[in-house]
Amino acid sequence: MFVYADNAATTSVSKTALDAMIPYLTESYGNPSSLYAFGQRAAEALAEARETVAHYINADAREIYFTSGGSEADNQAIVSAARLGARKGKKHLISTKFEHHAVLHTLARLEKEGYEVTLLDVHEDGVVRLEDLEAAIRPDTALVTIMFANNEIGTVQPVAEIGKLCRAKGIPFHCDAVQAAGHMPIDVKAMNIDMLAMSGHKFHAPKGVGVLYARRGMVLSNIIEGGAQERGKRAGTENVAGIVALAAALKESCDNMEANTAKIIPMRDKLFAELSKIPHSKINGSLEHHVPGTVNMCFEGIEGESLLLMLDDAGICASSGSACTSGSLDPSHVLLSIGLPHEVAHGSLRLSIGEYNTMEEIDYIIETVPKVVSYLRAMSPVWDELEKGERPHLI
Amino acid sequence: MALYSDKVMDHFRNPRNVGKIDDADGVGEVGNAKCGDIMRMYIKVDDEGIITDCKFNTFGCGSAIATSSMATELIKGKSVDEALDLSNKAVVEALDGLPTHKIHCSVLAEEAVRAAVKDYYDRKGIAYNPEDFKETDDEELHKLGEE
Repeated sequence: MFVYADNAATTSVSKTALDAMIPYLTESYGNPSSLYAFGQRAAEALAEARETVAHYINADAREIYFTSGGSEADNQAIVSAARLGARKGKKHLISTKFEHHAVLHTLARLEKEGYEVTLLDVHEDGVVRLEDLEAAIRPDTALVTIMFANNEIGTVQPVAEIGKLCRAKGIPFHCDAVQAAGHMPIDVKAMNIDMLAMSGHKFHAPKGVGVLYARRGMVLSNIIEGGAQERGKRAGTENVAGIVALAAALKESCDNMEANTAKIIPMRDKLFAELSKIPHSKINGSLEHHVPGTVNMCFEGIEGESLLLMLDDAGICASSGSACTSGSLDPSHVLLSIGLPHEVAHGSLRLSIGEYNTMEEIDYIIETVPKVVSYLRAMSPVWDELEKGERPHLI
Repeated sequence: MALYSDKVMDHFRNPRNVGKIDDADGVGEVGNAKCGDIMRMYIKVDDEGIITDCKFNTFGCGSAIATSSMATELIKGKSVDEALDLSNKAVVEALDGLPTHKIHCSVLAEEAVRAAVKDYYDRKGIAYNPEDFKETDDEELHKLGEE
């Protein structure tokens, strides 16, 4: 059986999105900047896509900028707010310890340029506390950037409360909503979000297209210079087909959100319930504040990469936060941020399911994972020591 | 291109000599759970100093398991002295290569063998130069292959 359970990494392109984009690759391939009607046909599709995207997050079409993906949108949002702040002498940026690297690495670069960065704790449950944010805010805070939902452990942040606090303090709030868009309701007005990043391929659009929402009044700095596309804020001929597909996929995902969620949650909960029966396992992140499809667990005494390779042999696509899968010395910064010891974090498994998965596939995962865990534990000197009591169990 | 060579995947999927030797003549353990890999190597040595059996237990990634497996194959039937000559390079070559960020696994495999031999020497009261049995520091280990 082949089971794709890595939807937080990327998703398949839906038939709706594919059908929507094909005409803009074939018959209507004109450049939207061209004057003639053939080009204008593409420009119209672009305008329509912008309206659609705006509608589904309760924004105005003029507040939507298409980018190459979530990373570019995050980069542009953060750099823009930082530059804007610097002009007013504000050079303090607030974020959390478990943001995506598109955010953390951008902040690290700004730190080298003389900005000060405060990374908030996300506690054991993977949820940022409002009082921590309030305490971190300073008169020179130029930006608060906090993700909507974490990409590894799926915990959802109190976005509306964060937005409210930031608005009251007059601080721009950027939200990396890459894992939430198309899966959870987003209302930039109600949530007081000033900037927001989305990535099409996380909700069944193709890779290479994303969205930056920037509230009117937010002055954007360009990351890519060139032509006057995207109201002069993002140069480069528009990825018309990709943008059309993104809008179609977002519409489809949002229109079916309730039904999708109702389908995904029982599958996710079954995974949690059954895989938790594996001794010395642990669910990572609060289940109370959680995206529908993400399951992140640790199994003591084994290492994530070998777990993934074994699952791959069984036809299951999953991911892990072990050091060996990242190619670095340390396991995932997300797992460390919620207080997991290195030894435990190395044995993590992320399964992220979507509406295309079936209960039959979930049952197959539930049948396979315990076998693989037992096999690897039988080979593991760490597990041997844990079982003999020579090493204390940490979970 | 796949991350690992067919040989690595073969030794990962069908690791040779997995397990323990209860009456081993030497047991060596290297690595650190914090860094994500530990190898434990067991050797059985006859009166002639020949390694008649060798088994391993490994906690780690695919290449940690594959290099452990290959190392046991390369030293089985060899003399203890020959086992000490086993280099990480030989393990890498026998596996048709490893990705650069996985080279440290082969070093661990080499050091696991040496640690087992050292334990054998200790048990037998055979003198050796401790300098020959130094283990690579964890930090250093993970920097291997980065240059």
